[in-house]
Amino acid sequence: MKNSTAPSIRMENLTIGYGGNPVVKDLDIEFPGGKLSMIVGGSGSGKSTLLRHILQLQPAIAGNIFIGGNDMSDLSKKEQHCIRQRTGVLFQDGAMLGSLKVVDNVALPLREHTRLKEDQILRIVQDRLNMVGLGHAAELYPNELSGGMRKRAGLARALVMDPQVLFCDEPTSGLDPVMSAELDLLLLEMMRHFDMTMVVVTHDLASMRGLADHVVLLGEGKCLYQGSIEELEETEDPYLRRFLDRAAEERDAPRLTMPPIGREMMKLNCDSIMSDKDTVR
Amino acid sequence: MAEKAQETQIPFAFPCRICMRILDELGGMFLFMLESLVLVFAGWGQLRKTVRQIYFIGVQSVSVIALIGLFTGMVMGMQLYYALAAFGADGFLGTGVALSMVRELAPVMAAIMLTGRAGSAMTAEIGVMRISEQIDALTIMDINPMRYLVAPKMAASLLSFPILTAFFNLIALWGGWLTGVKLLGANEGVYWSSVQTSLQWADIQGGFIKSLVFGLLVCTICCFEGYWTHTRSGHAGPEGVSQSTTNAVVKSCVVILAADYVLTSLLW
Repeated sequence: MKNSTAPSIRMENLTIGYGGNPVVKDLDIEFPGGKLSMIVGGSGSGKSTLLRHILQLQPAIAGNIFIGGNDMSDLSKKEQHCIRQRTGVLFQDGAMLGSLKVVDNVALPLREHTRLKEDQILRIVQDRLNMVGLGHAAELYPNELSGGMRKRAGLARALVMDPQVLFCDEPTSGLDPVMSAELDLLLLEMMRHFDMTMVVVTHDLASMRGLADHVVLLGEGKCLYQGSIEELEETEDPYLRRFLDRAAEERDAPRLTMPPIGREMMKLNCDSIMSDKDTVR
Repeated sequence: MAEKAQETQIPFAFPCRICMRILDELGGMFLFMLESLVLVFAGWGQLRKTVRQIYFIGVQSVSVIALIGLFTGMVMGMQLYYALAAFGADGFLGTGVALSMVRELAPVMAAIMLTGRAGSAMTAEIGVMRISEQIDALTIMDINPMRYLVAPKMAASLLSFPILTAFFNLIALWGGWLTGVKLLGANEGVYWSSVQTSLQWADIQGGFIKSLVFGLLVCTICCFEGYWTHTRSGHAGPEGVSQSTTNAVVKSCVVILAADYVLTSLLW
């Protein structure tokens, strides 16, 4: 197996939040190059906020972010542009531009940043659309696609510049289990094909168990765990245990049934309604 | 809580905070306007998008502008005719209609109509793009959203507002002629000659300067409100977009009237 040349992503003493109010403090984490890392945690634990900070969509309150060993805050604008152009992002709902057809959405980065001829651009775009199984949908507008198709179109756009790093924000949210599994497999396939570092924000622990090489668990305003999924599964830490057990319960949960007292109450209500009806008659 | 407790101790803390917020927003808006203006002249690659915006802001507004221009001119023709005829001065009807239209009513009315028709759409479009992460996606693709989204709208506004104002003037003068001359019986030759002789180049130039400034202000306010819709405290998502759209229209109308006063004082 050949060694990956994809860059690693490292955070040092990173404090992130909104308007000076920290959400997660003193993060010292690393996403290894060429691996699939997952950021997991409960709602409001700061997963998506961390992603926005890594992507420089929001300034960090304190600390540094390194991509491929380069401190993002020390880079010149030109160097930052270079890194951006080799970074792909799959947003939660695809974030396709509604006024453009799928083909134009996917072609946009190529048209903006390269001097390729139009026929070359269209060839690359069609290739990426075929990769994600949307070769037939090139001429459609985003509002004519289903949720899963929009995400796959977003993935095609994220891959069109041959990125070295791909970030995905909750790629399987809102999808049924079959489609979620399909998208997971597609992401894995793309990671191997493009030799990328991939960082996925998710609350889907089935995806985490199936795909992740490396896991970062956020909660209580800090990083609770980082390491391999195997080590996480064996942890004795009570919070982590509770988190994993809850996830396992959700996976194996039996069909919800009404407790006996609820059944009695419902029967009583139904009986009284029926007797009211009789009275009216 | 602590902030509120502190506010009760410091006199004028609340009005000062409001003033600071207004100044902050005005400063942000000014910088936004400067950046989009620079990008208008720097971004010639956006020609196709600019043409599309000219079609949306300019061409698709022609019928509304024509309708409003016609009725405004007709009302002016009627009111001025009755007022002037009482003093036997109906020969000045053309002068009255032309000066009031070219100097004041056409730039203001056209700008307010364009705010309602195109400005609100600009805010809503950019606001929806913001909340659906499309603007973030542009940033990530290393495409400057200001250049891609705002600059074509600014260029189109700067071109469309003066042209539509000129069109408003023409239709309004014709509307004044329709009521004053055709319905109420003023002399046709006197009407058109008074229009011709009373209008000076400075009047036409002043009207154009006004419409240019209104275009700049309306586009800035509407795009700014949409662009920063996610920072609106307490109103996230679609509610934030609707709030931003309302704000953009109200602020634009107020600013148009205030700027009209300032410009009139400076120009004449």
